[in-house]
Amino acid sequence: MIKSKYYLGAIAALALFFVGCQQGANNSGKGALASSAAEKVYVAPGEQDEFYAFLSGGYSGNLTVYGLPSGRMFKEIPVFSQFPTSGYGYSEETKPMLNTSHGFIPWDDAHHPDISQTNGELDGRWIFINGNNTPRIARISLKTFETEEIIEIPNSAGNHSSSFITENTEYVVAGTRFSVPVPQRDMPINEYKSNFKGALSFISVEPEHGHMDIKFQLLMPGFNYDLSHPGRGKSHGWFFFTTYNTEEANSLMEVNSSQNDKDFIAAVNWKKIEEYVNNGGGTKMPTNYAHNLYDESTHTGTTTMKKEVLTVDPLDVPGAVFFLPTPKSPHGCDVDPTGQYIIGNGKLSADLTVHSFDKMIAAIDGKKYDGEAYGIPILKFEDVLAGTVKSGGLGPLHTEFDGKGNAYTTFFISSEVVKWKIGTWEVIDRKPTYYSVGHLMIPGGNSRKPFGKYVVAMNKITKDRYLPTGPEMEHSAQIYDISGDKMELIYDFPTHGEPHYAAGCPAELLAPKSQKIYRLDENKHPYAVTNPADARVERKGNEVHIYMSTIRSHFTPDNIEGIKVGDKVYFHITNHEQDFDVPHGFSMIGQNTSELLIMPGQTKTSIWEPKQVGVWPFYCTDFCSALHQEMQGYVRVSPASSNIKLSWSLGED
Amino acid sequence: MKYTIKLLLLFTAALLLSCGGKEEKKDDSIKIGGAKKEVKKEASNSGSAIDEAPASVRITLDNKGVGEVKDLPLDPAINQEMVARGAELFKTNCTACHKVDKRFIGPSPKGIMERRSPEWIMNMILDPQLMVEEDRCAKDLLVEFNGAAMANQNMTFDQARDILEYFRTL
Repeated sequence: MIKSKYYLGAIAALALFFVGCQQGANNSGKGALASSAAEKVYVAPGEQDEFYAFLSGGYSGNLTVYGLPSGRMFKEIPVFSQFPTSGYGYSEETKPMLNTSHGFIPWDDAHHPDISQTNGELDGRWIFINGNNTPRIARISLKTFETEEIIEIPNSAGNHSSSFITENTEYVVAGTRFSVPVPQRDMPINEYKSNFKGALSFISVEPEHGHMDIKFQLLMPGFNYDLSHPGRGKSHGWFFFTTYNTEEANSLMEVNSSQNDKDFIAAVNWKKIEEYVNNGGGTKMPTNYAHNLYDESTHTGTTTMKKEVLTVDPLDVPGAVFFLPTPKSPHGCDVDPTGQYIIGNGKLSADLTVHSFDKMIAAIDGKKYDGEAYGIPILKFEDVLAGTVKSGGLGPLHTEFDGKGNAYTTFFISSEVVKWKIGTWEVIDRKPTYYSVGHLMIPGGNSRKPFGKYVVAMNKITKDRYLPTGPEMEHSAQIYDISGDKMELIYDFPTHGEPHYAAGCPAELLAPKSQKIYRLDENKHPYAVTNPADARVERKGNEVHIYMSTIRSHFTPDNIEGIKVGDKVYFHITNHEQDFDVPHGFSMIGQNTSELLIMPGQTKTSIWEPKQVGVWPFYCTDFCSALHQEMQGYVRVSPASSNIKLSWSLGED
Repeated sequence: MKYTIKLLLLFTAALLLSCGGKEEKKDDSIKIGGAKKEVKKEASNSGSAIDEAPASVRITLDNKGVGEVKDLPLDPAINQEMVARGAELFKTNCTACHKVDKRFIGPSPKGIMERRSPEWIMNMILDPQLMVEEDRCAKDLLVEFNGAAMANQNMTFDQARDILEYFRTL
């Protein structure tokens, strides 16, 4: 990757300089300053990264796109949050994307991105991510890098064991972390036990367009379903969920949910339930949830309120659901690339529990149960256990795989990544993280085919890693080179919001098909003007619709008269550029909303309700050409009683 | 802000002048015209010698421009199907800046066939950026039209060819 030897020389000189300043310091500990580490992360100006990394933005509600190994951020994709930078959630076209059964919600807590798969391998069509707070699943196109669909999940709360996909993207799965009354009703909180339910939702993904539809909801006992992952290869057809709070406590959970020595991993045979449902099984339950779909040809999102969901009682499908006892409130639930091992990361433990899929099937076949919970068979711990990783660390949370027989587990309390060998369970290496690591990500690291070159550790605490920025700081992430026996810390970079999990893939999977423009001749927006001669202004009562077009560097029309105080003015703006990377912006003085950023060939709409008489300018916000500063116009606003005729023009027209 | 841009342009012009070598006495108004002196860097297509006429009325029929279109003989008969398609494409993709009946953001295409070669027109539609960088006439037009760079509208060869056919009818 290094193009210039001079650069290396400069780094070396710098390193020497630093060393020179640190008299008596122990230089051997400065591994990351070594030129070899610099060389590994250095992507020379004009060159491109080897991998895409999609980091969840946590409480930013969005998804951020980074390059690996450089750690450079390329884009923030708005998903669950309004985003004034582009007008997402502000423009008339995208407001519907944030509708829910609770009304318009401008925010959520985005957690676990997962890239679509075919045959258990990343296929780069879409990336899914869950909104944790008001349960939703979003689908983002990896061609346009835009949110195309958001579906709300009824009967769910704390949508955390989501949004993980099966190995042919048959389903994206959403599990509830907080059990709730199903259906919701007015009842005493302390009657939680045995009354609340935990819904596990299987959302089908239509293969051509990716459209989502809740196929069924499995109504499980009222535990907390924390994380999940699909079976793959031999265990394809199963899905595994970690649980905690099998105590079913409803208060002082910190203590009361940590009483049991073991909680469960729930193993769900979704193929069996799918068959049951396809044969007419399940119960339709009245409910209310939003399904928001963005149409690329009309550039417009629409909301459909759905009124019914199909629920399944696990007891009605014998042989479909089992509990695997797993020590100490397991958090991450990870399945190795072969599909043979299911790893429970017992967050209050020092050890990792590894279950064997083959042993699980044998135990089920032999009906070797160790009791039941609400009628669901519990398998015997010893019968399903493949092994225990005695790590010596504290607080294991998540595990990823390198495809070479190794697993990498984060330890939150002891702040480290531990590398261990699948099968022998021996610890091979451990490296500190800075600090309190949550998730980690290897591109493809939870698929059949990981790309085991780098692991990114995403930390919860930053403290002294960067220059201080007051009490609030971005979180820190670390990149380790895992191509050798030992992990090597090669880079630190700040992340946006709080990344819970990430998904990565080789750049060549996405870069060649990344969309450059929207074709004007495919623009089916009802308010588009595909020909500047059609630019016009129409009044319907106090609604005024401005059909406007833009190209470097003017708006058509740019002078508008006949608008009155009290009007509701819609600017429908079509960008007539057909060249890559030539967006135009639009902003109007005094407008109670954000700007619009309109991509080539796209149409977007913004509302303005003028409250004051005057001549008010609007302008382009995106420096588009040498004449960008001239890209502006005026709207004359007259008193409500005025009878100034509606007129519009550009130049002498 | 406007001043900044203008200053920048001036500065650029000055830079170009200073690099251009054989400087020529030129009067006041359009200092940007200094860019014309950058003859040396031109590709070999620059056609006739320095022409004092403004680029919009200059005749450069022997200049094929720079780009993928090297040689484009035209059938003497005008193909009306192509004209119809070209007129439609022109309306959607070009009229924001080019009006048939007048000079607008850019020049009118009326009479363009008497000034420019078919190859030059095609190259200008297909890759205006390259043309502005390497073709003297295109560069002079940019200057004459106030620095408003022609947008690349991502036309295919066939689409550009249809537009050219439409120009033959104007």
